[in-house]
Amino acid sequence: MSAGGTVQAVVTGVGVAAPNGMGTEAYWAATLAGRSGIAPTTRYDASGYPLRLAGEVRDFDPGEHIPSRLLPQTDHGTRLSLYAADEALRDSALDPGRLDPYGMGVATASSMGGFEFGQRELQNLWSKGGRFVSAYQSFAWFYAVNTGQVSIRHGLRGSSSTVVTDAAGGLDALGNARRQIRKGTTAMLAGSVDGALCPLGLAGQLSSGAMSTGSRADRAFLPFADGAGGQVPGEGGAFLVLEDAVSARRRGARSYGELAGYAATFDPAPVPSDQAGEGLVRAIRRALRDAGTAPEDVDVVFADAAGVPELDRAESRALGEVFGPGGVPVTAPKSMTGRLFAGGASLDLATALLALRDGAIPHTANVSRPGPGHPIDLVTGEPREADLRRALVVARGRGGFNAAAVVRRDT
Amino acid sequence: MSDANTAVTELSVEDLTSIMRSSAGEDESVDLDGDILDSAFTDLGYDSLALLETVARISRDHGVELGDDVLDDVETPRDLLAVVNRAIAAA
Repeated sequence: MSAGGTVQAVVTGVGVAAPNGMGTEAYWAATLAGRSGIAPTTRYDASGYPLRLAGEVRDFDPGEHIPSRLLPQTDHGTRLSLYAADEALRDSALDPGRLDPYGMGVATASSMGGFEFGQRELQNLWSKGGRFVSAYQSFAWFYAVNTGQVSIRHGLRGSSSTVVTDAAGGLDALGNARRQIRKGTTAMLAGSVDGALCPLGLAGQLSSGAMSTGSRADRAFLPFADGAGGQVPGEGGAFLVLEDAVSARRRGARSYGELAGYAATFDPAPVPSDQAGEGLVRAIRRALRDAGTAPEDVDVVFADAAGVPELDRAESRALGEVFGPGGVPVTAPKSMTGRLFAGGASLDLATALLALRDGAIPHTANVSRPGPGHPIDLVTGEPREADLRRALVVARGRGGFNAAAVVRRDT
Repeated sequence: MSDANTAVTELSVEDLTSIMRSSAGEDESVDLDGDILDSAFTDLGYDSLALLETVARISRDHGVELGDDVLDDVETPRDLLAVVNRAIAAA
């Protein structure tokens, strides 16, 4: 129990599906080595689209990881979700069969849904007729499908949910999971693996005007840099096993750290430019207060890192307001994956836990220094070694969603 | 897509298992090449949606009309083959 008498939630398992590494340790090694997964799009013919680059997961053979019964009924993104959820559960060494039947649930976030599957079936409908549409289209496209498939696969019958808050969802799912644990659920498989790298998914995203149309993989996504020119979309994310600390201790589980603080705020539209970032400031301060952590006790910030000049400015202004100019190391390893929609912040939180574990802050790739007007200590060039106890993860979703989470290494 | 000849060909159990595999996959604990004719679809790892997908595939590949209620009385591959082959014979 913490001072407030509330249940503590610790992370006992991590699973990762990322463009620059499948599996937690492969991803972490690639990230520390500065290996990027951003490359020319291969999933579909991108020549007719303004987007040429993507953080695609490659080297993933679904038949090797996904049961045959699930192949005809799953979108690519659901398969990646199942992969990461499997790894997280295995990593935790928690056997859900030994818990109360409703003792473990699933909390995910999704920005769109199984759109690659959905696009294929819509094409079947238009070109061949309704008889050619898969019966599995009834759920395979749906934004809550990953929660359902993960729940069914592992028999997790506890309270389960899906939040749709664009890229803030990667933290909101974890906040949601912690809430369930505080209400008495023993453990939650939580996080997000997201992305829809198909024309149907990207058509909606292109309308934001935030996507980078650059064609050089090392110049297209440069958060906080003077030359920032937009975002590169990617796919992937992370699942975590979040567990009641008492249960984790009792079974002798290894803990990566505690999800000590979380908060979400919402910006009303339109936000005047001189107030941009105020909602984010409130989210960060509330998350810090929730964790009982002072700004000076935060050792590293994993930034939302939009890669869009005005959004980057709003974020660095918010960080400057809370921590003081250059008051805390800030980094954006998503510079090596692209923006993974809801999956990005879950992966950032997993990355933060690995950074705490190994005492290394991964760097922001391809950016040599923050641009003028960014009063932040951006970690660039190479990873920075440091004794890390507490990390802050920041996420923003299109439409005014802000979320912040604090993780604390066990002492 | 089927040609005109397949529309009048009876569906064999081998045809059925092949369609089941491609449309709904195969449970790891089940051998569809074994003696499955009188096994319940649920015991073979196929739920109602898997059957719906299988029937839709048969319907379009073999050019037979199978109504939505065809599955009401189907519990085993033998039941399904009988329903499908009756429809093929009537076509």
